[in-house]
Amino acid sequence: MAKELITGNVAAAWGVRLANVDYVPAFPITPQTEIIETLSQWFDDGIMNGKFVTMDSEHSMVTAAGAASATGARVFTATSSQGLLYALEVLYTIAGWRVPLVMVNVSRALASPITLEPDHNDILSARDSGFLQIHTETCQEVMDSVLMAYRIAEDNKVLLPFLINMDGYYLSFTREPVEIPSREKVKEFLPPYNPTHAFFHASTPMSQGVAVLGGPTYSYFKYQMHMASQNAIEVHNTAADDFNLIFGRKYGVIEEYRMDDADYVIVMSNTFATKGKTAVDRFRDKGIKVGLLRLRLVRPFPGKEITAALKHRKGVAVIDQNISVGSGGIFYNEIASSLYNETKRPVMLSFIGGLGGKDISFIEFQKVLNDTIMASETGIVPATQLLYTESEWQQMKKLLEIAGKTRQ
Amino acid sequence: MESDTKYKRLKDLSREEFILPGTTVCGGCGGLEALRLFHKVLGKNVVFVNAAGCFTLLALFPYSPFRGSWLYTNMASAPAGAQGVRDALDILIASGRLKPEDDMKVVVLAGDGSTYDMALSSTSGAIFRDLDFYYFCYDNEAYGNTGMQMSSASPYGSMTTTSKPAHLSTAGTRSHKKDIFEIWRAHKPPYIATISPRHPVDLSEKVSRSMQYKGPKLFIAFSPCPTGWMYDPSLTVKIARLAVDTGIWALKEAINGEVKHTYIPSKFKPVEEYLMTQGRFNHLFYPVRQDKILEDIREDINSYWEQYKK
Repeated sequence: MAKELITGNVAAAWGVRLANVDYVPAFPITPQTEIIETLSQWFDDGIMNGKFVTMDSEHSMVTAAGAASATGARVFTATSSQGLLYALEVLYTIAGWRVPLVMVNVSRALASPITLEPDHNDILSARDSGFLQIHTETCQEVMDSVLMAYRIAEDNKVLLPFLINMDGYYLSFTREPVEIPSREKVKEFLPPYNPTHAFFHASTPMSQGVAVLGGPTYSYFKYQMHMASQNAIEVHNTAADDFNLIFGRKYGVIEEYRMDDADYVIVMSNTFATKGKTAVDRFRDKGIKVGLLRLRLVRPFPGKEITAALKHRKGVAVIDQNISVGSGGIFYNEIASSLYNETKRPVMLSFIGGLGGKDISFIEFQKVLNDTIMASETGIVPATQLLYTESEWQQMKKLLEIAGKTRQ
Repeated sequence: MESDTKYKRLKDLSREEFILPGTTVCGGCGGLEALRLFHKVLGKNVVFVNAAGCFTLLALFPYSPFRGSWLYTNMASAPAGAQGVRDALDILIASGRLKPEDDMKVVVLAGDGSTYDMALSSTSGAIFRDLDFYYFCYDNEAYGNTGMQMSSASPYGSMTTTSKPAHLSTAGTRSHKKDIFEIWRAHKPPYIATISPRHPVDLSEKVSRSMQYKGPKLFIAFSPCPTGWMYDPSLTVKIARLAVDTGIWALKEAINGEVKHTYIPSKFKPVEEYLMTQGRFNHLFYPVRQDKILEDIREDINSYWEQYKK
């Protein structure tokens, strides 16, 4: 099948178009805007049916999206960074409505300082909301994941909204060859959305999102969301099998790259995993047994699968492209707690890298690997480290000098 | 216009109830009475899109007093929720997935905290987009559900728990009530009205009249609040009447922007008669009478009505 050269943003829009989405409430924010511009055009041209509506904020946008999904439409929306945080209250609200809409977040580091390039503090701020999350590495995966997200979210065992993450700039504006399937093929994979749990019909009055009083009632509904989210692993795997059968591409909840005999594993997510894979190839060329584990399904967190992939290794380094200020890397903590009850487990090192889109160069991967090998041999594990090169530091010092911050 | 009038006397009101008794709101709630009357005219096929406030507790799992549908959203974006519901209903009907007879009127139900303060962006957006919906604001002139803190709907001279009369401000609330009617009118929706539960015929006629217009239809309901305004629940009706008779609450509508008062008392009663019924204005009379503040309030009322005397 012929491939088209499209950006991550356009790939997301294609997923939405192929999913026969009815409704897109939108609000612009860099670097996501190209998604809604593309969809707007397709609605205007009559290629997509339903409605595209520009809202007054992300907060309103996600409210409208959730409400339309609660009424029975198939809904998509997208945002980035500050927009996701502005809407955060509503993310929690509509997850509780159990509405299976899909939202794309194009990662961009959070203010302050205000900036444009990606890290994952935006998407990870939504990690406790009830939204399911897939983090993507390629444009093809963006499009495929949008289709998979509707299939998983709309499953009766799940019924939770879905966030698909792609990195701003690195993926949103990078053109890659993407295979775009026909609508007929997509129909085989994704049936139409006909909700039996959330709708508004005059003949069947329905109350949704009602208040509860008392902890037992609240706990009941909240924990139901947790159980439904956990069901999504099995539902994901079935959907992935069908997807592979129909489209010939296979996705796991995690991706294991050259891990078969690996003594050491670097854990990464999103597009920077591509840099990690290149580093792994170079290490392998030198005969070092290194592999890379890419986190893909992030909510629900596939702790069991990650544990199975890591527990028998000598050393694991987690590179978090995020920082929980005052704690450290978010994924490091989640993976460490998944492994804790294993009798045999690797040493685990924590690195913070790629904040605000900072590059991670080969020498930094070398440092990560050296420290991991050393720690596995000595049993002495260093505290969390920030990846930052000497030349970057020299450059930073120059900027501080210009800003007048180096004078006594 | 007169010949089109559907509601001339109390007997013209439907006896059918769409909000069933036994709700969780306070006894004597003027807002609930206004909503009951409003709902009678709209009929059963309604979906309320609710913003956080007193009325959020009306639908309390597993109970709801409504015969229609309900969606609680949050405090700042109920109008955006209405947008989502309205658009989805339209899409489902147009694509044959919902029968046209299963359509519903979409109604935002919000208090003054949401309406005057937090949801202004969302409301402005919905009116700007010409969303076909009803907006019902129960205005009890403070953040009632949290225990009467000042909102931008709180009138000058009223006491709230965050604007108490004190050495620096004997008035209590020093700011003047935001003119939400004019803010909405500047957006040019087809229909806006103020209503009062003590004027059920006026209220019903306005709701009925608004139903012919597609687009945003906005209602600000004067909502006496015994708990927050500190008066006996049996006085709700009397206080609602005095608000209109003293000229402090103007009953009006704006059809396509043109303002018309639907009831003007032939002679305004002194505003003190209204103020003295409520504990929230007690400090204007005891321990010493605050003549300057009372004069300011009278002046506000006079200057409001003066602009329409032409």
